[in-house]
Amino acid sequence: MEHTRSFRFFNRGPSEAARLVFFALLSLLLLFVDARFKYLEYARNILFIPVNALQSLATFPSKLWHEAGEYLITQTRLVQDNEQLRLNSTEQAAQLQQLQVLQAEVGHLRSLLAVQQRAEYPMQLAEIIFVERDIFKRKLFLNKGSSANVLAGQIVIDETGVVGQITRVYPWVSEVTLITDKDHTVPVQVLRNGLRAIAFGSGGAGEITLRYTPVNAEIEVGDVLVTSGLDGTYPPGLPVARVTQVERNPAYPFARIACTPLAGVDKNRQLLILTGLPKLPTRPETEVEKVVRKSPKFPHKTP
Amino acid sequence: MSESAPRNQEFLSASSGSFIVGSMLIALLLNWLPWQGWGLALRPDFVALILLYWCTHKPYRVGIGIAWMVGILADVADASLFGQHALAYSVLAFGGVVLHRRVQMFDLRQQTLQVFPLLLLSQAIYATVHWQLSGHMVWEYFISSIFSAALWAPLTLMLQSLRHLRNHSGQL
Repeated sequence: MEHTRSFRFFNRGPSEAARLVFFALLSLLLLFVDARFKYLEYARNILFIPVNALQSLATFPSKLWHEAGEYLITQTRLVQDNEQLRLNSTEQAAQLQQLQVLQAEVGHLRSLLAVQQRAEYPMQLAEIIFVERDIFKRKLFLNKGSSANVLAGQIVIDETGVVGQITRVYPWVSEVTLITDKDHTVPVQVLRNGLRAIAFGSGGAGEITLRYTPVNAEIEVGDVLVTSGLDGTYPPGLPVARVTQVERNPAYPFARIACTPLAGVDKNRQLLILTGLPKLPTRPETEVEKVVRKSPKFPHKTP
Repeated sequence: MSESAPRNQEFLSASSGSFIVGSMLIALLLNWLPWQGWGLALRPDFVALILLYWCTHKPYRVGIGIAWMVGILADVADASLFGQHALAYSVLAFGGVVLHRRVQMFDLRQQTLQVFPLLLLSQAIYATVHWQLSGHMVWEYFISSIFSAALWAPLTLMLQSLRHLRNHSGQL
């Protein structure tokens, strides 16, 4: 090491402690700006291009393994699958006919009641390219981004229920926060009796909890939770989870209710993004806000 | 090892920038493999290890600035906030650069004990930032620093022998 040092004898630059203080302050500044404002998304988009290339290189072997596995399915397995599927399709054909009759009946009743017909939502198919690599978060990345008109806030579902919500959009990639993420909430209601509640992710792989539900709330094990559609972010009626455990301890104000998501949150490769949800009218202002707006004492506080 | 380490150091002084960059890229690739579940919780932080190796063995080539830049790349890849990895890696690099003489005095087993608190500290910084922002702590996360420290000795041996090999082929 001695000779390395002699080269730097006259010009060693700032001391290590000064460098640490500089870079630590820079990091803290970036953290603050990134957490409070959205100024850095453009820089993130640009840096994502080389990172994305390296990441695809890292996930390439597992992808190859996956595809090889799909290719090498044995013939007996295919025959079995075929039989099972044929059986399923005959069973479902009968159900489908019943469903068509019911749908016609429901449509008739709705038009009689002049209830606004519930729209079928436009959606687009997207494929999962990476899953989360951070133990703190439950996130995954889809192969559609702002170039395919994906917007942050749109809902992601699979064929059985809600999977999550898009939280960040890059040009060709978008980031989905799963409903099991600890920071994610979904407004739900019990399908059986219409009771409203809020479902929180637990951070674990397959668990959701209902918080702030009173001890005497009418929820049983096996109840299905669907989105309530309140606040307009989620469309109403999408299946979310099934209740697996209800713990009513009178010592606490709220019951402990655990659910498992109905959608294969950690399984699928293809997911659907709901694109054109109808906008709800904005919330009318409260009496307090009206008074504040009209009062001459607070001239700047216009909503 | 402890007697031969300083002499090796003289021979190994000329290691090119491309070798350093290549080892960083491989470490980033290893970190970005699709780890899941417990594998993710127990995954050693390869990037932190390689950074610490270069900070203790080449403190004038690789320092806090480079650690910070690698941290920013890791932030983009993990979709964490800008500066979260960067802060943790900067502190790690500072520890490595300041303690580089001390670490090199010891043999590999003692080096592991010296390196473990540094790795733990950088993970603690990352976890603390996350805790401040979101309000919950993930304790399993700290187990991985044990695995990182356990990987220090094999990693050092491997990189030393690779550098040795490059040196000899360079002379021929």
